[in-house]
Amino acid sequence: MPSPKRIGQIEFGLLSPKEIREMSVRKIIWADTYDDDGFPYPQGLMDLNLGVIDPGLRCKTCDQKASECPGHFGHIELAKPVIHVGYTRLIRKLLRVTCRACGRVLLSPEEIEKVVGTEDDQTGDILSEKDVKKERVCPHCGEQQLKINFEKPTTFSEVMIEDGKKVEHKLTPADIRARMEKIPNEDLIPLGINPDVARPEWTILTVLPVPPVTMRPSIILENGQRSEDDLTHKLVDIIRINQRFKENQDAGAPQLIIEDLWELLQYHVTTYLDNEVAGCPPARHRSGRPLKTLSQRLKGKDGRFRGSLSGKRVNFSSRTVISPDPNLSVSQVGVPRAVANEMTIPVRVTAYNIEELKQIVRTGPLRPNVNAPCGANYVIRPDNRRLRLGADNLDTVADMIEPGWTVERQLRDNDVVLFNRQPSLHRMSIMAHRVKVMEGRTFRLNPAVCPPYNADFDGDEMNMHVPQTEEARAEANILLSVHENILSPRFGGPIIGGIHDHVSGIFMLTHDTRWFTKEEALYLLRYTNIEHMPPPGKKEGGVEYWSNKQVFSQILPEHLNMVFRASSCQNCDTCKKELCDRDAYVRIIDGKLECGTIDKKAIGAFDGQIVNRIIRQQGMKRASVFIDDLTKLSIRAIMFDGFSFGIDDEDLSKTEYGQIDEVLKNAALDVTRRIKIYEDGQLEPMPGRTVEETLEMQIMQVLGKARDQTGQIAGRHLGLGNSAVVMAVSGARGSMLNLTQMAGCIGQQSVRGERIVRGYDDRTLPHFRKGDRGSDAHGFIQHSYKGGLNPTEFFFHAIGGREGLVDTAVRTSQSGYLQRRMINALQDLKVAYDGTVRTTGGRIIQFEYGEDGTDPTKSAFGDPVDVKGIVESILKEEV
Amino acid sequence: MVLAEKYAKKIDAADLPQKTKDQLKKFLDEKEISDAQFKHILERVLAEYQSTRIEACEAVGIIAAQSIGEPGTQMTMRTFHYAGVAEINVTLGLPRLIEIMDARKEPSTPTMTVYLEPEYANDRDKAREVSWQIEAAPLHEFGDITTDMENMHVVVHLNTKVCDKRKIAPQQIMETAPKKIRDRRHYRDFEHDIDEAKATIIFSPKDRESYQNLFQLAEHVRNVIVQGIDDILRVVVRKETGEYILYTEGSNLKDVFDVVGVDTTRTRTNNISEIASVLGVEAARNAIIHEAVSTLNEQGILVDVRHLMLVADMMCMEGEVKQIGRHGIAGEKESVLSRAAFEVTVNHLLDAAVANEVDELSGVTENVIVGQPIQLGTGDVKLIAVRQQEN
Repeated sequence: MPSPKRIGQIEFGLLSPKEIREMSVRKIIWADTYDDDGFPYPQGLMDLNLGVIDPGLRCKTCDQKASECPGHFGHIELAKPVIHVGYTRLIRKLLRVTCRACGRVLLSPEEIEKVVGTEDDQTGDILSEKDVKKERVCPHCGEQQLKINFEKPTTFSEVMIEDGKKVEHKLTPADIRARMEKIPNEDLIPLGINPDVARPEWTILTVLPVPPVTMRPSIILENGQRSEDDLTHKLVDIIRINQRFKENQDAGAPQLIIEDLWELLQYHVTTYLDNEVAGCPPARHRSGRPLKTLSQRLKGKDGRFRGSLSGKRVNFSSRTVISPDPNLSVSQVGVPRAVANEMTIPVRVTAYNIEELKQIVRTGPLRPNVNAPCGANYVIRPDNRRLRLGADNLDTVADMIEPGWTVERQLRDNDVVLFNRQPSLHRMSIMAHRVKVMEGRTFRLNPAVCPPYNADFDGDEMNMHVPQTEEARAEANILLSVHENILSPRFGGPIIGGIHDHVSGIFMLTHDTRWFTKEEALYLLRYTNIEHMPPPGKKEGGVEYWSNKQVFSQILPEHLNMVFRASSCQNCDTCKKELCDRDAYVRIIDGKLECGTIDKKAIGAFDGQIVNRIIRQQGMKRASVFIDDLTKLSIRAIMFDGFSFGIDDEDLSKTEYGQIDEVLKNAALDVTRRIKIYEDGQLEPMPGRTVEETLEMQIMQVLGKARDQTGQIAGRHLGLGNSAVVMAVSGARGSMLNLTQMAGCIGQQSVRGERIVRGYDDRTLPHFRKGDRGSDAHGFIQHSYKGGLNPTEFFFHAIGGREGLVDTAVRTSQSGYLQRRMINALQDLKVAYDGTVRTTGGRIIQFEYGEDGTDPTKSAFGDPVDVKGIVESILKEEV
Repeated sequence: MVLAEKYAKKIDAADLPQKTKDQLKKFLDEKEISDAQFKHILERVLAEYQSTRIEACEAVGIIAAQSIGEPGTQMTMRTFHYAGVAEINVTLGLPRLIEIMDARKEPSTPTMTVYLEPEYANDRDKAREVSWQIEAAPLHEFGDITTDMENMHVVVHLNTKVCDKRKIAPQQIMETAPKKIRDRRHYRDFEHDIDEAKATIIFSPKDRESYQNLFQLAEHVRNVIVQGIDDILRVVVRKETGEYILYTEGSNLKDVFDVVGVDTTRTRTNNISEIASVLGVEAARNAIIHEAVSTLNEQGILVDVRHLMLVADMMCMEGEVKQIGRHGIAGEKESVLSRAAFEVTVNHLLDAAVANEVDELSGVTENVIVGQPIQLGTGDVKLIAVRQQEN
């Protein structure tokens, strides 16, 4: 195998007219492209020497076919020089800093040294326009300099003083070119120009390179008509004007006409290079669409750099809707059979696998069902010819196969694939999963891996990529697999864990004490990886019972010791520990849950204390087994009891409704009272605030408190028997606030953190009196979602909701740009072998990463060592 | 019972960071432990310490950028928020984070937290005194200002009681007021007359033809800052953790440091470029870390400090605070292709040609563009194992 070649460096420079002519294979003189037979004109823009795009033709320069010929440049001899728009600023600078007579820089060597630095110490800046005073006298030849005016896009003029009046004298590109030629090489270096590759006169074009046809292919429309590329259109314009210019010049046309044509030629060349120049109307297509010329091809998100070079479209990828499947392992992904049949992995035929591969080839491209062995779609012969497998040639091809061939085998269970969801904001947005071929048309994934992808199942789509080489598969397996990415490098905690129903389910299972019969316990644990049941916790009337904590303990690793407080912990002043009313004191000794409720804090994504401890003490593999077991157990647990929420779950009793009304009425009275105080001028302003602001803050406070009180009233009625309360307490989803809004009162709607104030003169809606400061008039909603809103409340609610929507839209674009900038600024940093942080160029940024050389991913929420965990696990008690 | 000395000694001798040693001592304190248990614990700690070292070739920059950028979507956009002190508005959330990364010359809501020296910090009145030295107070707070339309005068009658209360001599006000109107407010067309005995200043415009001048002058006289620091619009004194702390709206680190009673070691501002110019880049780097950490924490977002340290170090690498973006780090990269791929593509290419720049293809973007392995992570390993031939 030939060793891969490396590009060492890329040098940038200007093309000189000589070089342009040398690299050109053909001088282009005809503006026409194809003749009536559809054959390219010789010396036209589609000349066969420039490369071919039509299949069947051969390039006249290199004699290769359309697919192999890279294309060749041609050139156009311009009748008169024109300015390159990209360099107008450079030209302006050069005109202003050099002498109009002798071409030297208008500074003495000492003055140059002051700016640039001495010869040994070139640390200074390059010369800029500001270093040269305007209209001074040349220190070399004594010529009086004139002011140079520049008018966008490409007009230069000198200001002369004639008869005491200022007269602008236009400089033609030819004049400018003549002046550029006079600048000596040694004077260019302090100006930041390397004369070896970029003489300034080359920025004035005398000859224009014509790009190969391969970079401006014409397309054939449905009706058989040819449609040329934008660049070709522009080149046609240039040649046409150039031709006319030449004819007029030869015929000795009047100066005025020559100047007009010159300007026209300049315009066409300008727009050919950049069609978005300020002060220059963009050249348009017949339909009115501005042409996409050279600069536009490079620029922007979909330009060559960001769109085709930094990011590329790839083969061996697929995309479809995702849906959940809690029975899969977190490291698996369910792949639809249709996708698995289409995507392939190349396998080289060897003496060891030839029989297997023959069988695969015989199966062919259509796999009948998910349990059938995989087939193959292509085989590649040693001479790199690709054979497509079809129903007709399966057996013949299978017989032909021998070592040295390659079979493109279909995906099958346990293949490694990369799975991705955009936006890929962090590295966990692409992880390697194991394939599980399934029926259906969606990718299936365990809901526990949703947090790293930030995925949900409301129609999200995800991408799958199949690595094609052994090396890529190894990297995917070792670095990208799901269990390697349970810990987030952002804060050093687990990012994969139970979500939503997992948390509710495990909460309902482990809360307080319950007893299960053997049948029930086995139902719960059926899908987990356990092999033995422990001895029953109690026996009653000859029936064996297992406690709920025992059932959960089965999925814990054997040597786990930890003590912590669940998310339902209320942070009481003195902790009652094991006797906690809420069963929030969790104690696990030797892999046995002794007391406490398992909830979000223990197994949730982002928090997952248990998951975190298992990773630190028993490794990622064990943790992913635990997560698998957990998701299965918790789903059985939630199905065991059943879990639902309906409109009547928000019902309260008459007493509560009475209390809520009471609270709201009192709040309204309190608000009116405070408004009264304010209107009487009795309100004492808070320091640094106006009276109005103070009033607003007070009102907000009163109303906020009122809403919280309604929540408490509702909370008193709704206990753990209520599904919403279970979800809020366990941390699965929602909070008591959501419940308050459903059952109690929605509360104040706000815009920019204030009550709603805009609308009509002195009032929000015409339903209110002018100047009304009451709670109803400024967006306080005293009803609940269940009770229903009145029209004004509904409107205020919509206002508040809209702010949220706008906020999200603005935020995503802003944070996206911030991230792009940060990635660009930091992407080249790595930890060197000596432990320093350096750029890939070798500059040291930090002498020790993060001042202590700790990997944040492996750290215990920032600490280099999880001392608490280690001490706890050895002493088996809380520390 | 304190931790047995033999254990403490062993912990101190171990090759561990101070933080871990302290944690170990804290957790083992007042615990009955056997020698075997202690040995076991120390071994496990040492082993875990070794396993959490960062690995060579790790692309720490990208991880840092992702770790800070990813939670950006979760942050609020709400610009103003009352952080700690209800009276002072501070920009928070995503806009503040962007502001820090942009290395703006002036934050949109400059504020300072001024700590006081012990003798001032525990006494409310003394703290108040310091606040008067800092808070910009306009002249009209010190006395009555009347516009005498008949004689075309603006008469300031200083209230000596207020002056006494605010610990400033009337003479001083009389001296500074006209000077400041001239120097700070750039209004010079007036004359003034000081009557020390009556504590009165009489201002009169040079051009007495127009009332407009008089009113203009009156406006200047009313609002001229005679006590405190001009940039600091408001000061709030609060008692926190047993001492009085001043929170300010507006920031001027240099002048605040000159005020007697200010603890210059703890006082801070959220204006990073000011810190850079007063205290140097190292302080600015710490300020960037501090500001970013507190912005993220306030939003309840956990981000490891090491990521922010890296960003701050990158920003301060050149000896001045550089922006993350086109006019800073990203725009001054060595590689032409990398710059072109970021922003203002065409100009970078054109300029590179004239200057005869050479792209060494060392960074990430460049190598992606030309299609070769990048010099990070697994792409940075140049070792190839050669299998040992048998015999």
